Amino acid sequence: MHVLSVRRPRSLRKPLLGAVGLVGFLVVWQLVPTLGLVNSQYLPYVTDVLVRLSEEFGDLAFWRRLGFTMTSWAIGLSVATFAAVVLGTVVGLVPFLRRATHTMVEFLRPIPSVALIPLAVLLFGIQMQAALVIIIYASFWQVFVQVIYGVADVDAVARDTARSFGLTRRERLAYLVLPTALPYLMTGVRLAAAVALILAVTSEMVIGNPGLGRMIELSRSAGDAVGLYALVVVTGLLGLLVNLVFRFVERRSLSWHQSVRGEEVR
Amino acid sequence: MTAQTGRIAVRPRGRGVGRRVAEGFLYPLGLPFLLLVVWGMASTASENRFFPGPLTIFEAFGDTWVGPAFVDDVLPSLYRLALGITASIVIGIAAGTLIGLFQWLRELLEPLLEFFRAIPPPVLIPVVMLLLGITDTMKVVVIVSGAVWPILLNTIDGVRATDSVMSETADSFRITWWERLWFLVLPAASPRIMAGVRQGLSVALILMVISEMFASSAGLGYRIAYFQRNYLIAEMWSGILLLGLVGVLLAATFGVVERRVLRWYHGIREVNRA
Amino acid sequence: MPDRSMLLRVEHLRKVYGSATGDVEAIGDVSFTMDAGELVCIVGPSGCGKTTLLKCLAGLLRPTSGIVEMDGVPVTGPSPAMAVVFQEYGRSLYPWLTVRGNVELPLRHKRLSREAREKLVTDALDAVGLGHAARSHPWQLSGGMQQRVAIARAVAYQPEVLIMDEPFAAVDAQTRADLEDLVRELHTARGISIVFVTHDIDESVYLGERVLVLSKSPTWVQEDLAIDLPPERDQITTRALLRFTELRTHVYDQIQRAKRGETAAAR
Repeated sequence: MHVLSVRRPRSLRKPLLGAVGLVGFLVVWQLVPTLGLVNSQYLPYVTDVLVRLSEEFGDLAFWRRLGFTMTSWAIGLSVATFAAVVLGTVVGLVPFLRRATHTMVEFLRPIPSVALIPLAVLLFGIQMQAALVIIIYASFWQVFVQVIYGVADVDAVARDTARSFGLTRRERLAYLVLPTALPYLMTGVRLAAAVALILAVTSEMVIGNPGLGRMIELSRSAGDAVGLYALVVVTGLLGLLVNLVFRFVERRSLSWHQSVRGEEVR
Repeated sequence: MTAQTGRIAVRPRGRGVGRRVAEGFLYPLGLPFLLLVVWGMASTASENRFFPGPLTIFEAFGDTWVGPAFVDDVLPSLYRLALGITASIVIGIAAGTLIGLFQWLRELLEPLLEFFRAIPPPVLIPVVMLLLGITDTMKVVVIVSGAVWPILLNTIDGVRATDSVMSETADSFRITWWERLWFLVLPAASPRIMAGVRQGLSVALILMVISEMFASSAGLGYRIAYFQRNYLIAEMWSGILLLGLVGVLLAATFGVVERRVLRWYHGIREVNRA
Repeated sequence: MPDRSMLLRVEHLRKVYGSATGDVEAIGDVSFTMDAGELVCIVGPSGCGKTTLLKCLAGLLRPTSGIVEMDGVPVTGPSPAMAVVFQEYGRSLYPWLTVRGNVELPLRHKRLSREAREKLVTDALDAVGLGHAARSHPWQLSGGMQQRVAIARAVAYQPEVLIMDEPFAAVDAQTRADLEDLVRELHTARGISIVFVTHDIDESVYLGERVLVLSKSPTWVQEDLAIDLPPERDQITTRALLRFTELRTHVYDQIQRAKRGETAAAR
């Protein structure tokens, strides 16, 4: 363990092992209903699910539903990010506001967004707006909190330097606050993107506005296990894609930035 | 800031007390109070029946939740939540430690775990319902199936990132495997683990609500949805309020535990900042 | 001088790191012996593989070839007869344990009665002058005090030899002098054998009874120098001795030669 051993090139081993894990999982999935451990009505064969998946990919209606989900995701995420950046910057920069809003934020943030679903349905019925309320509420806090941290993180010496050189408020915002807060913002947006997707699908399931989530609920109530599992896989892939893209964006924004923070508790 | 405190010390007493009262009460409670007042006035003035005033909501809160509903709906929900969270933490840390310690296991499972983490947790509710039927176990399993991932993945990361010098120290003193796990690996990973638990808690709460909205005839989530469907607006709001309180309570409890568990971690950060 | 027996034997030690760009020979051919009760300092130009050598001695690294023997037994892994004090005290002490907990940790698996263990810990903390800080956490202490905790932990472990890897490189000059005197005291009063790795020439001469000067990488022993200063040493008088100046000048010259890659050691 403590002795440095000569290691084989890791580059090939890692993806190979990963592939083995993936295939192993699929094989186990196939075996469980085949051996009758679980009735294939409840856990369908993986082969059936994969066939259905490929059928869905060729179906225009599927892409339309995916489009609905991603539209509400994109709108919700954009609105939440914009609102959080504006409010977060203002609150973060003004100490009075920061202290005055603290309790409010600490109370509102832990409220599970899904608790607002009944309210959203009352206000907007079975429409995308109802889902947007939930998506925006949930993802807003992710960004908002990070922006406040980021704005507060401006180095005291750098701030004093900027003041002493007589930089205007706008210049300070552009050259000091923004670059410091940007990595935080990117972290917040990455977290918000994942949360927004979760709630986009969830609200479709519960509220019933068109999209992947509603299709999942319909498959369930119709007893279409194969379709249900196929859609779960789709949402997983979608989540994976969102995670990868935003992690990439975040890393890019961190790489040119000087004060790279370590991975710490947030 | 320091200049300010310095001035307070010199000032006459009465002023200092007034200021302390202002900082102690007005800052935390001022804005919420103000908002409640504005809300109350707005709801009296407007005709929108979807936004009853705060007094109406408080009244409904007392009528709805104090009494048998607390035992029938709230307690079972909280019990399942607690069970799900406990199971998630135990499974997440145990499996995460195991996977984090063995590189081959990590590489074997990494793509799978990435995928499972990426699945929006509520999507698993229909799946678990299909597999287990509509039971209490199903609701707990649903909570675990969503909340376990952040804990598991953060534990893996934390365990993997054990400091090299700390490891060498353990090696050089021939610390046993269990001692190493208990005194080095887990404490070193604890900040990451706690971050994972924090994420897991909010997922667990969401899943508690959704699973009850979906498949239940009792519980907090079911009640709120029921009130909405029957246009019991003030009662619905009182349910939202109660869920908010549960969320705040959960966050506060976590905060207390986290400060205890990570006392050393916050201490170091304070020392570094000074 | 007490009758000294051979404690540590290093013969033709060689260490090669394999890397993607090709093999790097960190240690070429190092041989030396050390008797029980000795204090040996190892100096060398920066990047000469001091830390690698030390890790091989401590059994933390397996040499590519050659022998490390402790009491005539080959060292194949960390040995209970050795305790290491690392340079990075901040990362070698566990911040979640108290000072006492840190010192006690390596003793847990030694089959000792509770009283014996407590006594060892208290005794070691007193020896480094930290009896009062037992309940603090390491990060509440200054750098010098943290390194004292690390030394106490090593002392309480009751090793036959204490291996110290540039332990005072990260503390300020004043603290450093105090810690050097602590090491001398542990050596003279308790008779602990010490291998002390440093890049500081003055420190090596002030502390050591012998100084091993290493060549630049791939490393061999450029010179094995006996330090004939009186055993009672003092920061002011010892450092003012003419002999001290001569010795440090000599070691300095040797290191300059080592840097240039010259082998000949003209006395």
